[in-house]
Amino acid sequence: MDALIEKLKGQIIEQLNLAEVKPEEINPDSPLFGEGLGLDSIDALELIVLLEKHYGIKIEDPKDGKTIFQSVRTMAEYIKSQGKS
Amino acid sequence: MKHITSYAHIKHRRLTANGSLIFDGSSSGSLPEFLTDAYRAQGMSYPKYHKMDTLCKLGMLCMEAAVKESGMLTEYPLDKIAIVLANAASSMDTDRVHQASISDKAAYFPSPAVFVYTLPNIVIGEIAIKYKITGENAFFVSECFDAGLLLNYLEALFHGETQAAVCGWVEADGDAAEAFIFLVEKSNKSSNFKPLNQEAITELYNQ
Amino acid sequence: MSQRIYITGLGVISAIGNNVPETLASLTQSKTGIGKIHHLTTRYKDEFLAGEIKLSNEQLADLVNDHNPDLNRNSYIAMLAAKEAVQNSGIDTADGLRTGVISSTTVAGMGKTELYYKELFEKDDHLSVLDTHDCGDSTERIADFLGNVDYVTTISTACSSAANAIMLGCRMIKNGLLDRAVVGGVDALSKFTFNGFNTLMILDKEWSKPFDENRKGLNLGEAAAFLVIEGEEALKKRNGKALAEIVGYANTNDAYHQTASSPEGYGAQMAIEQALQMSGLKPGDIDYINMHGTGTPNNDLSEGTATRAVFGDKVPRFSSTKAFTGHTLAAAAAIEAVISVLSIQNDMIFPNLNFTTPIAGLDLVPETSLVKTPVNTVLSNSFGFGGNCSSLIFKKVSA
Repeated sequence: MDALIEKLKGQIIEQLNLAEVKPEEINPDSPLFGEGLGLDSIDALELIVLLEKHYGIKIEDPKDGKTIFQSVRTMAEYIKSQGKS
Repeated sequence: MKHITSYAHIKHRRLTANGSLIFDGSSSGSLPEFLTDAYRAQGMSYPKYHKMDTLCKLGMLCMEAAVKESGMLTEYPLDKIAIVLANAASSMDTDRVHQASISDKAAYFPSPAVFVYTLPNIVIGEIAIKYKITGENAFFVSECFDAGLLLNYLEALFHGETQAAVCGWVEADGDAAEAFIFLVEKSNKSSNFKPLNQEAITELYNQ
Repeated sequence: MSQRIYITGLGVISAIGNNVPETLASLTQSKTGIGKIHHLTTRYKDEFLAGEIKLSNEQLADLVNDHNPDLNRNSYIAMLAAKEAVQNSGIDTADGLRTGVISSTTVAGMGKTELYYKELFEKDDHLSVLDTHDCGDSTERIADFLGNVDYVTTISTACSSAANAIMLGCRMIKNGLLDRAVVGGVDALSKFTFNGFNTLMILDKEWSKPFDENRKGLNLGEAAAFLVIEGEEALKKRNGKALAEIVGYANTNDAYHQTASSPEGYGAQMAIEQALQMSGLKPGDIDYINMHGTGTPNNDLSEGTATRAVFGDKVPRFSSTKAFTGHTLAAAAAIEAVISVLSIQNDMIFPNLNFTTPIAGLDLVPETSLVKTPVNTVLSNSFGFGGNCSSLIFKKVSA
């Protein structure tokens, strides 16, 4: 799980162009949206693309992102639950 | 009486404001490097900047440089400040990126963050968001820099509610990148400022 | 100096008709133009519905009577709608008065360019296609087609583009720079737009349901729509007939997000209020609102909230006509201006199709069937990506 979390951090930084953020600055349990990294709705859509591109997981309803993208850990858990890690 | 109270340029990877050099990236590096270095040179802290496309970055850099030396944002109500920009290539630079991603059948992953920049007026939106400007806004697509077009529109705006304006030309097309932003105020500041007219706009653009 | 501005001609081609009479017939019969995709080649052909114009490019070329292989769908439909508007108004561009053409588009010639996108890198057989790609191309073609045009420009502010083209035309006439103008917008469907809107996940796979609690997104459409607007002096000079007057307009920036509207609809509210202020009308004077109403969760909530803020518990009769035409992007404000004038001319309010349940907390109920009632004033909203918000107000010409 920890390896997946670390991998995800790098992929998130790359996919979202978080040029001023370093992987170690992302707490896997902090909220991704709102405060935290200050992500917005377009970033949420980019995370959906990330899941499809790197893990072959398709999300049809953007509303599902709300629970999946709470934190890096919830993302990792979701990927595991889909058997795609 | 309306005056041009501040202006900034990006030309040949040099960022200048009111004639003074702010950052020179002309002798080294790529365009993306210039866009990052010029952002740092201005001491900007706006993480969203890094997600923008070239057109928006050019507009943001020039706007920051022009507005820094001006009191416009505090002297006028933000809903009375207009933004009028123009260019020739529309959002072509980013259109190509989006088009390439949807043409790639093997790796079909079009990006929403790219698609949102496939409209030229998003640069106006980004400026409006950063500086909280909510006045009128328009984006024109014309073959080349047209001082008359901008002047006409500014005159019409100032006949209405508009009291100040951010105006200019922002062009991104491959490696060609250029921006010129000037601020116009309906002020009583006679002094050293250039009165707004077609010659003044053309002269500043060509500087 | 500030003379009145009148609409004297209408022209439109969209999924619900190739001209104004066909459009009116579809609107009064509640006949949507949105259906399965026939003409556009896209991977989403069987997945999404669209508001396609029911003619192939060959048929359009026949209608325009120009088979220049480099012309694109955008130019064909723009020329057809502009021609209808000019004929409808009866103006003669060769009569010595100053005529402007102010158009708007977002995708321009993308529909054609993308067909050759890959080949362009390898060989230059199709390079001339690129000459027609620019946003300004269809505008220039309209101007050439009409002849004797003194001023041409193209606006691109996303889905409010045509409203801003109409506003610019009004202002240029008021400031004495033109006597009249052909104003409007055009956007043909393209893979580019389909794929893009799909990444934003705001496309409904079924018919869009504007202002419905269970709305899922928009249907894309294509259209060209133009209006001839004239200053009262020019109109008097040629003894022309006015169809309606443009009495108010305003444009603001929502300053919230690249594509999403602010939840409180701040930019929309300001645009509506400023347009009302300019017109001298009170909120209670508006007979009908033609909403932007795209059917996306975000837009309709934001626009509905702004509407409540301006009109309180006395919201005028309203509808979104996008469930007829699809969202036609840069052409949307122009086609809705045409529909607003048709509403005034015929004293009819056209229905908001596919609506069943009001949005929780807003309780706004649009008209769901054709209403025959006196319509003297219409407010039309158009909001675009980039935070661009425009409102226009049209008024019946008093006899």
